[in-house]
Amino acid sequence: MAHAETHDPNTPLEYRSETGRLNILGFWIFLGAEVALFATLFATYMVLTHRIADGPALGELFEVKSLLIQTFLLLTSSFTCGLAVHEMRRHNVKGLMLWMIITLGLGLGFLYFEIQEFLHFIHEGANIGTSAAWSGFFVLVGTHGAHVTFGIFWVTMVLIQVAKRGLTPATSAKVFITSLYWHFLDVVWIFIFTAVYLMGMVMHHG
Amino acid sequence: MANKTAANGHGGFPWKHLIGFLLSIVLTLVALWVALETDLSLTWILIIIFGFAFLQAALQLLMFMHLTENSTSTKLTGRVQVGNILFAAFVAIVIVVGSVWVMTAGHAKHDKHDEPKTENHGEHGGEEKSEEHGSH
Repeated sequence: MAHAETHDPNTPLEYRSETGRLNILGFWIFLGAEVALFATLFATYMVLTHRIADGPALGELFEVKSLLIQTFLLLTSSFTCGLAVHEMRRHNVKGLMLWMIITLGLGLGFLYFEIQEFLHFIHEGANIGTSAAWSGFFVLVGTHGAHVTFGIFWVTMVLIQVAKRGLTPATSAKVFITSLYWHFLDVVWIFIFTAVYLMGMVMHHG
Repeated sequence: MANKTAANGHGGFPWKHLIGFLLSIVLTLVALWVALETDLSLTWILIIIFGFAFLQAALQLLMFMHLTENSTSTKLTGRVQVGNILFAAFVAIVIVVGSVWVMTAGHAKHDKHDEPKTENHGEHGGEEKSEEHGSH
């Protein structure tokens, strides 16, 4: 519960302008809509998860090692993204840049391992057309991966803007919004980790 | 939450982030352990791992995303954000649980692909069926 006063010099920069405040509030509402979007994909996946036709079962191909690497890369990137905003609020542009670039690196690492995993599944005979269950899997997890990809481009462009214009009420609001987006991607991943991977492995081995 | 001055984010060590990060790691690993290494029943495993998932999501929202933070001196924006996210969570649960329930609880009796266990008693039918499928 931060007690942000509009004219208080302690007010974070991103909350100083009316546009910044409204954009941030609007982005929270957009995230609510993203929750609904992902909920429909989760519902589709969970309804179809046993419809494996002649293809492999989902839990049969999931691997703990690959899952943990992806999970920790994304979780750590969410943490470093939080540190970047923490530095921004101390008006430390270098700290902001450094933590955000580490965040992007971890995001790229996540994408690399996710793509490796998808290629592995396809190699093992499970592609998006193999069965209803695998369609649901690739659409859900792929939509998340597409969001991460978009996030990497978006954060990169916002960082270029910060490098050119410095920290202003406008640029800091943009950084804050991209940070919300990035954390949100980790929130979605928590549920993919649980509902797709853990459940898939429990159903298969249990 | 633990430390209100750190929560304001000006200077100081980012305790809030560190605590959120460490708790997230613990919740992730314990969920994995409960799912793969314990002999609990499927129902209990699902209750525990989804409980942990919602806890970890709450951690992200509160510790990393400053969900409850107000952008103006009135408390309005924080409330709108919290209300919006709670409503989104409600919508998500209705969509997911509702879809799974409609598609599995008893209605699958009419599905010719699920032959053997179709004589099931009421709402337990769906659950047993999923376990059965999983073991194939």
